[in-house]
Amino acid sequence: MSGHESSYTPTNAFTKWLDTRLPIVRFAQDTAINFPTPKNLNYWYTFGGILAVCLVVQILTGIILAMHYEASVDGAFASVERIMRDVPYGWLLRYIHANGASMFFLAVYLHMFRGLYYGSYKAPREVLWILGCVIYLLMMATAFLGYMLPWGQMSYHGANVITGLFGAIPLVGESLQTWILGGPSIGNQTLQRFFSLHYLLPFMIVGAVILHVWALHVPGNNNPTGVEVQDVAKDTVPFHPYYTVKDAFAIVIFLIMFAVFVFYAPNVLGHADNYIEANPLVTPAHIVPEWYLLPFYAILRAITFDLGPIPAKLLGVIFMFAAIAVLFILPWLDTSKVKSMRYRPVAKQFFFGFVAVCLLLGWCGAANPDDAVIPALQGDPKLVVSYTAGGQEATSEYKGGHEAYVDAKRFMETLPADANASLSAVPAPTFLFRHFSLILTFCYFGFFVLLFFLGLTEKPKELPESIHKSVLKRHKASASAVPAE
Amino acid sequence: MKAFRILTAGLAGLMIAASAHAAGGAAHPHEPEEGWPFEGVTGQFDQASLQRGYQVYQEVCSSCHSMKLLSYRNLGDPGGPFYDPEYPNPNDNPYVKALAAQNEILSPTPNEAGDFDFRPATPADTFRSPYPNDNAARAANGGAVPPDLSVIYKARHDGASYVYSLLSGYPDEEVYSERVVTEASDGGTPDDPSDDTPAEVQTLIDTSKLHIGHGDDHYEGYLIQNAGQYYNPYMPGDTVPQFEGDPRHAPPGGFLAMPPQLIPGRVEYSDGTEATVEQMAHDVAQFLAWAGEPKQTNRKSLGLAVMVYFGILAILLWFSYKRIWRNVEH
Repeated sequence: MSGHESSYTPTNAFTKWLDTRLPIVRFAQDTAINFPTPKNLNYWYTFGGILAVCLVVQILTGIILAMHYEASVDGAFASVERIMRDVPYGWLLRYIHANGASMFFLAVYLHMFRGLYYGSYKAPREVLWILGCVIYLLMMATAFLGYMLPWGQMSYHGANVITGLFGAIPLVGESLQTWILGGPSIGNQTLQRFFSLHYLLPFMIVGAVILHVWALHVPGNNNPTGVEVQDVAKDTVPFHPYYTVKDAFAIVIFLIMFAVFVFYAPNVLGHADNYIEANPLVTPAHIVPEWYLLPFYAILRAITFDLGPIPAKLLGVIFMFAAIAVLFILPWLDTSKVKSMRYRPVAKQFFFGFVAVCLLLGWCGAANPDDAVIPALQGDPKLVVSYTAGGQEATSEYKGGHEAYVDAKRFMETLPADANASLSAVPAPTFLFRHFSLILTFCYFGFFVLLFFLGLTEKPKELPESIHKSVLKRHKASASAVPAE
Repeated sequence: MKAFRILTAGLAGLMIAASAHAAGGAAHPHEPEEGWPFEGVTGQFDQASLQRGYQVYQEVCSSCHSMKLLSYRNLGDPGGPFYDPEYPNPNDNPYVKALAAQNEILSPTPNEAGDFDFRPATPADTFRSPYPNDNAARAANGGAVPPDLSVIYKARHDGASYVYSLLSGYPDEEVYSERVVTEASDGGTPDDPSDDTPAEVQTLIDTSKLHIGHGDDHYEGYLIQNAGQYYNPYMPGDTVPQFEGDPRHAPPGGFLAMPPQLIPGRVEYSDGTEATVEQMAHDVAQFLAWAGEPKQTNRKSLGLAVMVYFGILAILLWFSYKRIWRNVEH
């Protein structure tokens, strides 16, 4: 299973006996203890371990929460509150689980950006990357299903929006949507199947994670130089104790941040509306998903125009799914042979630009599409008097400060009573989130197109000969630059 | 390069901040001058205030608002308004029993004859609901169901301050005036009362006299209050359609179906505290903050222990890491 030679020797009669029947100790020894790991991995490489912890935490807390949760439209909301009040440490379990989802996504995004920066998706790790994308997709599905379960206003209306996306698919859309919901609209049957699937998918994630780790152990870790291991003795250290201790330190630092949310701000990443029980008849003023899905939500809403026969809604759905699908083909989109962005001066700039685009998309996803991006730059709204004159609709506009209002009022008084005059304020045209999202959406996809052409033209910096040499060189440089260290 | 990284980090912070945005259009809720005692890492509830808050809920709010997720026994839980260390099991607490017994409820379980009858509540019962169902609540309140208050603290952004600001934030008496839209008419027949129509009167609010929060904003104009609707600057909504004045400077807030409830002396506190509007709003807001998340003080005190534990563990692991890697160039 691992790409390196086994260094395990059974020491006693029992382990010898076991090793010829089920070499499980050998397997553990080779994958988790002696596994040769590049010695130059930095802290960005600790998120794999952090993610494993997140997954275990989510499954353990989830199993216990499921013992107390009631999947019914009449009882779900109250049962979640009962967990918070009457189950011993139920509040802790639920807050860990709810904030754990956010922490899981935070770690997975950092893990993915790490992979992007150091070219960990390139040969021979394409399958490793694709399995990672599968895990990410499963995580999004699981998080979406789980968000439905507290049966709050945002659960219900968020689920309505997302399942409505399937309805945009031509021909089969409506039937598909009905099939997913188990009826014409969200009801008890939907909640029950979402609960069932929310319990199932994490175990599919576990399966995908096992494959992911397997795919990692065949070629071995990538590393910040992107240069493959050449000499195991010089370039690598055994995973244990070198990386177990480094990962453990990073995990505890991560858990401290996690605990700050759980104990001191457990609801800050959620939305207050989700503490109002779901009511199909009242739609919240702003329907927004959890923060980790906001960039995709922004892409979905950015498309407000029809393209030929494709209606805007379908186009938005296509773009949103394409934003995830493009990750799957990334190994073949990037044409550069150099893995690490450290040695790709141009691509590196665009990488940081891409990170900024993703964050800005998240900002747009949280905002109202019709709000001004920079309110300070928006001019004063103008006053518009609408009235009917001689059976025709007419408007009259006034700009300026208080005088404009006085003028508008004076004008309205001159109109006859049957003119039905009304006064309204129209915001000045400005740069809206809608426009910004559209630009960012093109930047998002542009990055991937750019990677294709950059690889053909960019002149990379000189690569180090080996991991070992790059480490020595760096140490010499830092020793002469900072003698005090 | 560096600038790009700083920009990215800034954007990450911005995105987190943006995801917790507030509802638009309403005045920003403010906390009482002395702040909330339960906030902060070591915050605790003020038990006397919780008891007064329960009294306000019981005597004022509970005639329209349910609290279905609470039971009377919760009042005697550790950290609750009527916790007594002598009775670790709140069901035994005589004071809680007495409070429960003040409420007559329709028993949720049938009696020996199979009938459901009315009886005084016990600590195990959930709070008495004022209406048997939502339709009854809607019918009795002009079409609006008074929201359940169990988790209102968590269901509103900055919940305790929102409740406090809303309840004490109705405009003062002096801003209200009335305007007759159509005069009362006797239908042309002074002797026949059957065709008489009463005068149609609008309630006006002189918004130039409003003082909202600590802001110095000035709103020149009048708000028209429809029958059964009450203006409150802290209610999310839109005042423009009801505003006679420059629509660009309409006051914040919206209209709700609840008239101002707290007038000075509405309840008589048994501990002698003067029942001012601010005092009652403060007490009931704190009570609802407790009811919305009774375990919040346990949460924060456990958090402190967890932080200390993780802090020590992190330091130990850091030195282990330094020691294990000491002979490896990396």
